[in-house]
Amino acid sequence: MDILNSFRPMLAVLVSLVAAALILISGRRPNLREAWTLLAAGAKFLIVLSMAPSILKGQVMEYTLLALTPGISLQLRVDAFGLYFGLLASGLWIATSFYSIGYMRGLKEHAQTRYYFCFAVAISSTIGVAFAGNLLTLFLFYEILTVSTYPLVAHKETPEALAAGRKYLVYLLTSAVVVLFSIVYTYQLAGSLDFVGGGFLKGKGSLETLRILFIFFILGFGTKAAFMPIHEWLPSAMIAPTPVSALLHAVAVVKAGVFSCLRVIEYVFGPSLLSELDLWWVLAYFVSFTIIGASLLALAQDNLKRRLAFSTISQLSYIILGAALVTPAALLGSILHMAFHGFMKITLFFCAGAILVQTGKEKISEMNGIGRRMPWTMGAFAVGAIGMAGIPPVCGYLSKWYLCLGSLDAKEMIFILILLTSSLLNVAYFFPIVYSAFFKKEGEAGPAARADASWWMLAPILVCALMSIILGLHPDAFVRFHQIALAVVANIKGF
Amino acid sequence: MIHFPALIVVVPLMASFFIFAFGLFQRRVCFPLMLGTLAACLVFAAGSLWAVLSAGQPVHYYLGAWDPPWGIEYVVDHLNGLVLLALAVVCLLAGIYSKTMVEREVPVAKHAPFYALFVLQATGLFGMTVTGDMFNLYVLLEIASFSAYALIGMGEGAAPFAAFRYMIFGTLGACAYLLGVGYLYIITGSLNMADLRQILPPLYQSQALIVGFAFLIVGTGVKMAFFPVHTWLPDSYTLAPSSVSVLLAPTFTKVGAYVLIRILFTVFDPSFSTTLLPATQVLGWIAVAGILFSSILALAQADLKRMLCYLIVTEIGYIGIGVACGNRLGLIGATFHIVNDIFMMAGLFMAVGAIQAHFRTRNAHELTGVHRKMPVTSGVLVICGLSVIGVPPTCGFFSKWYLLLGTIQAEQWVFMGVLLLGSLLNAILFFRIFERMYFEAHHDIPPRRREPGTTFERAAVSEFAPMVVTAAFIILLGLFNERIVSGILAFAIPPGF
Repeated sequence: MDILNSFRPMLAVLVSLVAAALILISGRRPNLREAWTLLAAGAKFLIVLSMAPSILKGQVMEYTLLALTPGISLQLRVDAFGLYFGLLASGLWIATSFYSIGYMRGLKEHAQTRYYFCFAVAISSTIGVAFAGNLLTLFLFYEILTVSTYPLVAHKETPEALAAGRKYLVYLLTSAVVVLFSIVYTYQLAGSLDFVGGGFLKGKGSLETLRILFIFFILGFGTKAAFMPIHEWLPSAMIAPTPVSALLHAVAVVKAGVFSCLRVIEYVFGPSLLSELDLWWVLAYFVSFTIIGASLLALAQDNLKRRLAFSTISQLSYIILGAALVTPAALLGSILHMAFHGFMKITLFFCAGAILVQTGKEKISEMNGIGRRMPWTMGAFAVGAIGMAGIPPVCGYLSKWYLCLGSLDAKEMIFILILLTSSLLNVAYFFPIVYSAFFKKEGEAGPAARADASWWMLAPILVCALMSIILGLHPDAFVRFHQIALAVVANIKGF
Repeated sequence: MIHFPALIVVVPLMASFFIFAFGLFQRRVCFPLMLGTLAACLVFAAGSLWAVLSAGQPVHYYLGAWDPPWGIEYVVDHLNGLVLLALAVVCLLAGIYSKTMVEREVPVAKHAPFYALFVLQATGLFGMTVTGDMFNLYVLLEIASFSAYALIGMGEGAAPFAAFRYMIFGTLGACAYLLGVGYLYIITGSLNMADLRQILPPLYQSQALIVGFAFLIVGTGVKMAFFPVHTWLPDSYTLAPSSVSVLLAPTFTKVGAYVLIRILFTVFDPSFSTTLLPATQVLGWIAVAGILFSSILALAQADLKRMLCYLIVTEIGYIGIGVACGNRLGLIGATFHIVNDIFMMAGLFMAVGAIQAHFRTRNAHELTGVHRKMPVTSGVLVICGLSVIGVPPTCGFFSKWYLLLGTIQAEQWVFMGVLLLGSLLNAILFFRIFERMYFEAHHDIPPRRREPGTTFERAAVSEFAPMVVTAAFIILLGLFNERIVSGILAFAIPPGF
């Protein structure tokens, strides 16, 4: 593999850190402050995008900043998988930045400087997680991500928000400790922490030791990926402002958890060791439980954002399931699902936020007839819902298709059944919202005038919804998610 | 350059007398003299470490040209060179920080004795670190301790009583240490550390030696506030003036920890301390109890300074665990943690002192809104707190990293679990404070009563500049820890490890 030394990965991380500092300085001038956010978002995406051509050619971009401990460096190493996650997070940050401005100003939120500052730091560390070349670098950014999102979760400063913030910290810091243990132990066993496509732990310890290590890793990173029964922090964190829920708790933070899980499964342990450990089926059943369980719980939620949160929990487990099945097709499906779910879920969250800003409503039972007041918003919501249920042409069907193919390859029919059941459950908890929004009569107040959200919010909603459809029709559109995903799968040896 | 190891003790010792003498007539010269002395000490410390690094071997200095073991020898090697530099930096920062604090806390008439004692305190600390002689160490330990008693006695409320209690404990500890030295001297006829190292091995089975060893460890344990003989610490450091606790709290206990490592691994052969007589194992288990005990007690404190005092005991426990691993990585972790903790505690005590001085509260529940009034101080508190918790890339994470590697290599799972649990308990502690500082919706707590007529006065540059420098050190030490570990600490580990 060609290794290309380049400062660009570091630049991609730094650009939003610098923006964070500028945001802090220009806190008294809101327009300038938001300009920094938008500027950094655009620059970051372009920097990440500029790396795509060489990575698709099979090169790897590397930047070593300094040695962290003897033998391990603070190293950024962009391979196809890192690029994929980086593109997803930085691309959606642009949409979220516009949306944030509309949302935060629309609700006249307090402490906006803190909000934008933490957001910039969080996205910086997300890119750091994506580009990390070894486990220690990944952990470093992973921890910064946890700490920088905490003020966002507790943003409202109400007792409930503070309680949610505490819960967030308890879950994520405890899991970080578990992760830290696993990383230290891995270092002790293998003497190296650099990611290798196909894993580097094989033969480095007895099967029992490696099994325990694997379980610790998955439990640790899995907390951020919100597996059941360690998912509880995610629905509580929905008290955060909606852009936070949308980007961080549907894309960046939780996907950082999923991404780290996949890094561990494919780049630390590797498929062949995973089959040897005979743990893949345990993991697969474990996440299947989450897929169905979270969907059932979603049915019971009346708060729209909480329902979306449970849906996220369920969908994140699709991604892990794909990796657990140890077949190339399933892995392709799971990687594609990372991006596709991101686009669809962020659309849904954006819609929930727009409804909140325009009408102040959070509960689904109060949303009758809202589609007539906000047709564009609810139209986009319908697109997202269709995608979640896996109905073409919205992109969700494609990743599910590959996941089903993968379970066929693994000769495990049961997982196809689970995926299909989950799709039906998706229909059951999303379609009634769309139905009542468009076809049910509004309460006593009578139909109000059409009042879609401001363009700051509506534009990102429509763009994300449109993207979901275009990606479904042509998965290589724009940034070639499909090709990059194929390159990721090709890089992993040992299937 | 070759005189630096001696100058770092002699210069401040002389200066403290000058400060006292001149200060009685001209109060204004005290502060500049003190600052100049400590700045010179920083140069000496840096020079000594530089000499060690460029020579690649320890620098010896024979006082009065008397050859050891007859004369007193000062030695700077990779281990104490680094500790010395960290001490010198923090002492200088504490000196700068004291400028406005002293004017606020100490009556004008006492300024001259205060600064004289301040420098004498630093003298004792530098001397304990640099000396290669067991008895000389005792003398300097007492110099440091007595200046500490006097400085603490200048504090608020029951400070004189706390200082008196500290004196009783401290003197008992010093006695134990002296007895230990006496045993060693009777057995070997030598007081020089390097000499003892050569003479002792054939005597390792001697009962008298073991008793002497035990006395040494207990004596050092009291001085470094090792659980359960830490009880003098919370009161005395809480009630001391802020400028004093900024100097004392980060440094004294850590110098004690350094002395412990010196005795366990240099004066005695590592095999003696770890295998022949499993002292390190015992220390490790006591440290486990100490970490749990003190981090839970820290959670129970509303007074920020007292909370930090319990935190010191916890951090000393971490060092104890590193020592108990009895392997290379554990020891690297322990020594690195000594350096890190000097900076972390300095930053925390400075921040809390500034909050007390300007926000007029030390109560953790009354911090609401402090981030608006004192953004820099709050930021420093957050960085130091994250470092204590062990969030990368702060230095606290990396000392824990080495400590964890050490425990895993030693297969001490309980030690490892306690290290991890300790960081979680610290996380609860600090995030509770951050929540109070940055979030404002605590309707259950009535707004703080502000004394009528008081207006908020901004922190002086001499207060927040040292804080910011400390915070920068915490991050830089973390980022460049590899340079320190492979460039300095790797050579500080005794051979045969």
